Amino acid sequence: MNKENENLLVRKIEDGTVIDHIERGKGMKIYKLLNLKEETCILLTNVESKKLGRKDILKIANKELLQKDIDKIALIAPNATINIIKDWKVVEKRKATLPNILVNIVSCPNRNCVTRMEKDVSTKFIVEKREPVKLRCFYCERVFEKEDFEELFT
Amino acid sequence: MLFFQAILKLAGGVFISRDIISIRDMNKEEIEKIFELAEKIEKMIERVKILEIMKGKVLSLLFFEPSTRTKLSFETAMKKLGGETIGFESIESSSIAKGESLKDMIKVVEKYCDIIVIRHFAEGAARFAAEVSEKPLINAGDGGNQHPTQTLLDLYTMKKLKGDISNLNVTLFGDLKHGRVMRSLVYGLAMFNAKITLVSPPGLEMDKGIIEEVKEKFDVEIYSSNDVKEGIKNADVIYICRLQKERFSDAFEAEKMAKTYKVTPELLEYAKSDVILLHPLPKTNEIDLMIDFLPIAKYYQQVAYGVPIRMACICYVMENE
Ligand SMILES: [Zn+2]
Repeated sequence: MNKENENLLVRKIEDGTVIDHIERGKGMKIYKLLNLKEETCILLTNVESKKLGRKDILKIANKELLQKDIDKIALIAPNATINIIKDWKVVEKRKATLPNILVNIVSCPNRNCVTRMEKDVSTKFIVEKREPVKLRCFYCERVFEKEDFEELFT
Repeated sequence: MLFFQAILKLAGGVFISRDIISIRDMNKEEIEKIFELAEKIEKMIERVKILEIMKGKVLSLLFFEPSTRTKLSFETAMKKLGGETIGFESIESSSIAKGESLKDMIKVVEKYCDIIVIRHFAEGAARFAAEVSEKPLINAGDGGNQHPTQTLLDLYTMKKLKGDISNLNVTLFGDLKHGRVMRSLVYGLAMFNAKITLVSPPGLEMDKGIIEEVKEKFDVEIYSSNDVKEGIKNADVIYICRLQKERFSDAFEAEKMAKTYKVTPELLEYAKSDVILLHPLPKTNEIDLMIDFLPIAKYYQQVAYGVPIRMACICYVMENE
């Protein structure tokens, strides 16, 4: 597809957030994990990219993401950039970076973990390795990889 | 222990709260301190049957999952320290069955007692309970995760019967894939720089992630093998664990493995004459019954060491109380 046609597809938004450089095919996962039930969204997949070859882009109208959301994105799409749009313009660019400890960001993939049974407990994960990502649950002590969390958002 | 305190500790910071939750948050010095305490207690108990260290103190045993042996061991330990015990075993007898949260249960029970021992089917339950509890807490098993007092008593048994753990060749034998005992033990042995050999039927090998973690953390060599004769050849200690037939896909394979990985007098011909055999119990038929009568069978002695170790653990977590 030529540049002009692609531009027609990639509609701009007036206010909101554009999550760019999502690994190809992971856009829907990001959409699901952000739990965007009310918002107007545009999801583009298989977009040509200099950096990634092919990538996904998710545009969310009239929404600013919370730090918690950005941490989630960092886990599933470590290369993603978050563009904050105001008046059709990018006013801020942020890189999704994984913090050292994730508190109440994602649930534990281990079904037998106490965090899946007890209501009054926030999940905590300690980042033990970054490339590839390895997180240890503070409670059940199991080590998980990115893919184990992705399965939670299918 | 509160989360931030645990993080502090992970980062090598100060030790604030006294709980025993996981072998993974203990270091060699702490474990040696518990061993020293246990030895002192053993000597004291020889002279006076019941001590008075925990006189007037109450220990509560919250067993959300039945484990009669562990419960009896802790009860004996507290009683020999002069303290009292309260508690329950199995979920039916607890209010959790009626939908009460673990948090509420802990908040109530801590008002009745000075120390909590918990066994729970959920992994991480002890960590969560300790976070909630103002009283010191000991994990007596949380699902497939940890059972630290078992590991402590295993290491203590080896030290008492064979001396300095760092000089020992220890072979872990059987199903190394399932169950927390072997995983925690490999961690503890590596911490003490033992030479570790893992012998298991094909398909029941120990999880690679754990081996890598332990190798990286403690800079030890770990040998793995499916060959039983080769695997026990140099062992000072053979630690055997239960081989469940259900773990194999077909009955024929199960029979074959049960035979190959059974500890028999014939197999022990290949081992050193002064080897000792340990087992976390209960055992089924992975050890030939004849062996129970041999002096190298030390698993009943190992159970006995559980009492001074748990007495030491109680004293250790209660030190600042
Ligand atoms: Zn967990």
